[in-house]
Amino acid sequence: MKKEDLPQDPGALDQFTREVCYVKNQDGKYETALSRGWDVKKDALDSAWENVNERIEEARQAVANGEKSPVYYFMELKLMDLPVLSGYTGIFPFFIKRHLKPSVFKGLSDRKLEKYARAFDISVSELKNFKG
Amino acid sequence: MTEPLAFGMGSGLFYIQIPFLTVNNGPAISFRTMPGAIFKRTCKSLGVAVTRKKFSNPAAAEAFLDQKVKENVPVGCQVGVFHLSYFPKEYRFHFNAHNLIVFGEEDGRYLISDPVMEDVTSLSKEELSRVRFAQGPLAPKGHIYFPEKVRPITDDTIRKGIVTGIKRNVRDMLRIPGNFAGVDGIRHTSNHIRKWRDKLGLKKASLYLGQIVRMQEEIGTGGGGFRFLYGAFLEEAAAYMQDDRLSTVSEDFTKAGDMWRASAIKMAGVYKGRLTEQKDFEEIADMLLDVRMVEKEAFQKLSRMSLGK
Repeated sequence: MKKEDLPQDPGALDQFTREVCYVKNQDGKYETALSRGWDVKKDALDSAWENVNERIEEARQAVANGEKSPVYYFMELKLMDLPVLSGYTGIFPFFIKRHLKPSVFKGLSDRKLEKYARAFDISVSELKNFKG
Repeated sequence: MTEPLAFGMGSGLFYIQIPFLTVNNGPAISFRTMPGAIFKRTCKSLGVAVTRKKFSNPAAAEAFLDQKVKENVPVGCQVGVFHLSYFPKEYRFHFNAHNLIVFGEEDGRYLISDPVMEDVTSLSKEELSRVRFAQGPLAPKGHIYFPEKVRPITDDTIRKGIVTGIKRNVRDMLRIPGNFAGVDGIRHTSNHIRKWRDKLGLKKASLYLGQIVRMQEEIGTGGGGFRFLYGAFLEEAAAYMQDDRLSTVSEDFTKAGDMWRASAIKMAGVYKGRLTEQKDFEEIADMLLDVRMVEKEAFQKLSRMSLGK
């Protein structure tokens, strides 16, 4: 890539930091230059977040309809999947899957709820009383 | 010592699509060796002894870090970015292979040099402990590393490091067994892309492509970026070794980097919804095959060169 081709499209990192890139200068030698961002990357990131927000919205609906427990919603909200949530709570994925059912969730002990709440950065009552 | 030199001596260029593993609900693809491995190899060829430690207990990890900070030893830490407070929200996915350097303490906050940030940042003890014990794939487990003995570095050690670095990188890219790593890995991904539209539906397929672009350009300097970095390494190496052949191969990597970027632009067309036909997926797959050919030929050129010991 030539130095003058380095994209300078303000992205999420703008106002915040710039990116170091290796580019060719006029003499055909490599040197470093700072980039403010690139639209192609920005769109990739935006579409990823769009997808995340859709998933969160679907999860909220599912909780509101009584199909899933609040654990499912907060898992999506915090961008987690079963292995990640399992890591933060210390509960095996097999059990977490069960806890996604509203009927099983209702009977969870305070200790388990406490673990989930800590992983999600919320209070136990927020977790318990989330209605979608 | 410069960044391209370190990258090349540690044989940093790589490609792999890790089978079965998904990250953020998409394919897991990497364009370089794990940074820890690059660092390790580079230090080894420079004769620098590196101590690394992992912890199961966060308190012990913090005590060890405090001890090192008191001794004024700058230490590298592997962290997860999800809870990294100074990162912009848009970048905070569950990504655990981020590295930063802790080099001091001020008012109970650690002073931190982060490769993403232009300036020095800081984190409180709780914040740092939290990111050092992030969970999920490649969990850092408080991973910490620092150089122990540093010997003066001569041009001769650098030359030797360059040669082993290139040889190892040739081996990794051309002769690694299996079809999902090295230059063959690019073909593997390209074959997948051809099937994605029918298999996953347009929406999921375009998300997957978006994920490739993010892996390629965003996280770290990215795939295209790493090709330029390797080109810069070969250029410097040519100067060290007094060998013009290396600078001609450097051009090939510049070309590969440009081609990666061109393919990213094409993929952007898909996830922005401009390109929706199977034909477009085929074109992207073909572009990747072209990149593979360029990289393969470049490494074969390197492989045929006799660089001495």
